[in-house]
Amino acid sequence: MAQRVGIIGFGQTYHRSHRDDVNGVELINEAVRAALEDAGLSIDDIDAVVIGNMDHFEAVNYVDTWSVDGSGAWMKPLIKLTTGGTTGSTLGIAGYHHAASGLFDVVLVIGWEKNSESDTTGAIITCSDPIFDRFSFSGALPGLAVEASAYIKRYGIKEEDAARVAVRDRAHGANNPYAQLQTPVTVEEVMLSPMLSWPIKLLDICPRSDGAAAVIFAGERKARQLCSQPAWVHYTAVRHSHAYFGDVDYTRLHTLEAAVQELYQNVGIKEPLKELDVVELYQPYSFAGLKWIEAMGLCKPGESPRLVWDGVTDMGGELPFNPSGGVICTNCIGATGLLRIGEAALQVMDRAVGRQVPDVNLALATGFGGAYWSDLMLLGRRPW
Amino acid sequence: MSRSAEENIIYDGRIRMPYKWAAGKTSSFFLTQLRDHAKIWGTRCSLCQMIFVPPRKNCPRCVTADTTWVELPPRGILQTYTEIHFSEPLLQPLEPPYMYGVVKLEGADTGLTHFLGEVEPEKLRSGMRMEAVFKKKEDRCGLITDLLYFRPEGGSGS
Amino acid sequence: MTDVAIVGMAQTPYRRRRDDANFAELIYEVSCGALQDAGLEVGDIDNFITVSNDFWDGRTISSMAVQDACGSSFDGGRNVSTVEGDGTFGLLYGMMRILSGAYRTTLVVVHCKGSEGNMRLITNGMFDYIYTRPLGIEATGAAALQARRYMDKYKLTEEDFAHVSIKNRGNALRNPNAQLAASLSLDEVMASTPIASPLKLHDISPISDGAAAVVLAHRNVANKLGRKPVWVKGIAHCSEAHFLGDRDLAEAPALRDAAFRAYQMAGIEDPFAEIDLVELYDAYSYMEPLWFEEMGFCSKGEGAELTRLGATAFDGPLPVNPSGGVLSAHAVMVAGLARVIEAALQIRGEAGERQVEGPVELALAHGINGPCGQSHCVVILGE
Repeated sequence: MAQRVGIIGFGQTYHRSHRDDVNGVELINEAVRAALEDAGLSIDDIDAVVIGNMDHFEAVNYVDTWSVDGSGAWMKPLIKLTTGGTTGSTLGIAGYHHAASGLFDVVLVIGWEKNSESDTTGAIITCSDPIFDRFSFSGALPGLAVEASAYIKRYGIKEEDAARVAVRDRAHGANNPYAQLQTPVTVEEVMLSPMLSWPIKLLDICPRSDGAAAVIFAGERKARQLCSQPAWVHYTAVRHSHAYFGDVDYTRLHTLEAAVQELYQNVGIKEPLKELDVVELYQPYSFAGLKWIEAMGLCKPGESPRLVWDGVTDMGGELPFNPSGGVICTNCIGATGLLRIGEAALQVMDRAVGRQVPDVNLALATGFGGAYWSDLMLLGRRPW
Repeated sequence: MSRSAEENIIYDGRIRMPYKWAAGKTSSFFLTQLRDHAKIWGTRCSLCQMIFVPPRKNCPRCVTADTTWVELPPRGILQTYTEIHFSEPLLQPLEPPYMYGVVKLEGADTGLTHFLGEVEPEKLRSGMRMEAVFKKKEDRCGLITDLLYFRPEGGSGS
Repeated sequence: MTDVAIVGMAQTPYRRRRDDANFAELIYEVSCGALQDAGLEVGDIDNFITVSNDFWDGRTISSMAVQDACGSSFDGGRNVSTVEGDGTFGLLYGMMRILSGAYRTTLVVVHCKGSEGNMRLITNGMFDYIYTRPLGIEATGAAALQARRYMDKYKLTEEDFAHVSIKNRGNALRNPNAQLAASLSLDEVMASTPIASPLKLHDISPISDGAAAVVLAHRNVANKLGRKPVWVKGIAHCSEAHFLGDRDLAEAPALRDAAFRAYQMAGIEDPFAEIDLVELYDAYSYMEPLWFEEMGFCSKGEGAELTRLGATAFDGPLPVNPSGGVLSAHAVMVAGLARVIEAALQIRGEAGERQVEGPVELALAHGINGPCGQSHCVVILGE
């Protein structure tokens, strides 16, 4: 029987650039323990396990079967999903469907990555089609730089506008003990940081992290039994269109536009700026914090700098973005999308210690990755 | 590049990527003990008391229980074995034919998979008592292959 | 449980090399085929599940290759996700997304071109990098360890396993999709090249290129379509320990657990009596009796004897792998969904020359994941 689903627990590691003290399986176990403790559960209460990461970052094939010692999946139903940067959100959505289907009541979802173990760019390059794209695709950064420069050209955005986004997220990260980067930066510091691929500078872009996240989803009956305020899953939408990087229109993030349109239409959101209370945006670099909020329909194309400079997206603003510090403070890729979901859940549950937005009713978590793909999960204080 | 009879273009590629895998503190202890002292250690779960080799930081069965170290004798019982005949130079550290086996060390609840040596394949029997043979100290470097192979206890089986 | 059915399906022939098609083209072939089989258009599909493996494809984010081809980009884009594991797990997730009420139809696609990679390196990659990978272990070496343990514990012989190869390669003669089909003699199997003792060449599946797709639909949609739906009556999955030494390789408790939960869902109490046909994942000959026993069809150690007696033969009381099984065609990850499709064809009465006698009302299909069948997915299909 289909059932409504809520998030009842969330755990994460203290994210770092290098976790040489643990191997991948042990890293996963840290997040699992944290989530179980958070929910007040033991592994015996878990009915199914969902796990994912990006294979080439640690070069482990069949990560699901490899990691059972750490994930707690011994003699349990186990499945793996992977979709690149969107992996974490893809996993969360899978956790939702596991419980919503009625087949499982309590589902443990794990996302993780040990980016220190590989050449991230080298590994990401293998995502491109070997015949047509691989010669020109030189990693995530140049692609995003193309997007940013197309956006600048179209709307006359300044690099300082993007820097203001980075300043926001780094300020928020200072409130998050789990974030890898916890020191604020200024617009000037961002502008003076080394240029990587114009217009993206070092402080505009996310770090590479070792970290893991675990979120526990439960069907309604169990969720009410086990948790006083679950974060109820209202809606999910995903667009992974595009198989080639040349198919992407870099002036707009079509997948995010399409996904939010589906979401807003189905849940009846007409004024997202007013009706959403907090957003954990999968924003791997600062310019996305401008361009993509336009794609979300929060303002007209080209107008996002005003919103950002006015403090609308800061803590205390009308619609805070990334109270956790977001991806610019932590990017353990397979976990990152799931961290967005977990952080959004904390906001709804009123448990985001040190980084709580007041009176959260609706929280939106997004995922990004692949060939400019987008995932969404909307969480709410009351069941949908 | 090559062309098949039907003019299908085949493109040769190879993904070469460097990796730096952290063994983690737990496995680092195991591997340094192997390297420095030719000792094999297992871990015992503080809850269920199972002893695991290779060592685990947390108990795989209890999941949220920690483990403690237990030194194990370098000998045990052969659980299963095989002789590899196929050749894959890109992968194999030894030239075939060579043998793998799973040996459950005395006191451990799980078996360790490794090479078998100093034994004719036809002489292998599950249940045989095996002992570990290590590389010379100067050749050991903190890898699982510091253990060379297991051989029948008391010398080669013949 | 009859809320979700398979209403369309397609598979490519399984061949050693498909030099004429890349991943997207294989997926396009089966996506079109499955839609046509269902009498649906791509616009009728609410959501998509792709299944692939980054190592086998040599591409991280391997799902990227097939987004256009499977139809998920259609009409501005549709909801889509990707499972990495055997195709049966993709079917499981595709089904969950209908049962959750979110979607009414799911197209599940899976591909693998084994010819494009090095199977030894790729399967070596599934072992931990500290203790096991440096030894050079890969899927077949590990399987050999399992085969030996199984033989020793239950007093089985290489001849016992050879009978499975003979049966399945022989069954494959009726299957135009199979890669390997032959009338093998016992001597031929026993004399075939030793690969990893006790496994010889004819004990081992080939590695194939291929793809498969199924259209799943909720009852409300399935009942309105032209052809007879094949219902998923039960489905369950389970994984056991990873390190080979942590397991008793002669047992498969994860399979036992999954099978019995699937039976429970399907209301099956006596599997041998109630199930008419089995398509299980025999990547190696010894796996057939091992899985067959753990599925509860007979006692431990009896599977080989039942094979010798012909109980699982094409014309036997409980045919196992009338398609020829994985021993005859093995596009990794596709092979589990291929088992589902073969079982579904039998239920529909559309298996052509390989259609077994008598009505097939209830069938079991099976997929595995990880070394030596560490993880299993069992699917019960019915009319």
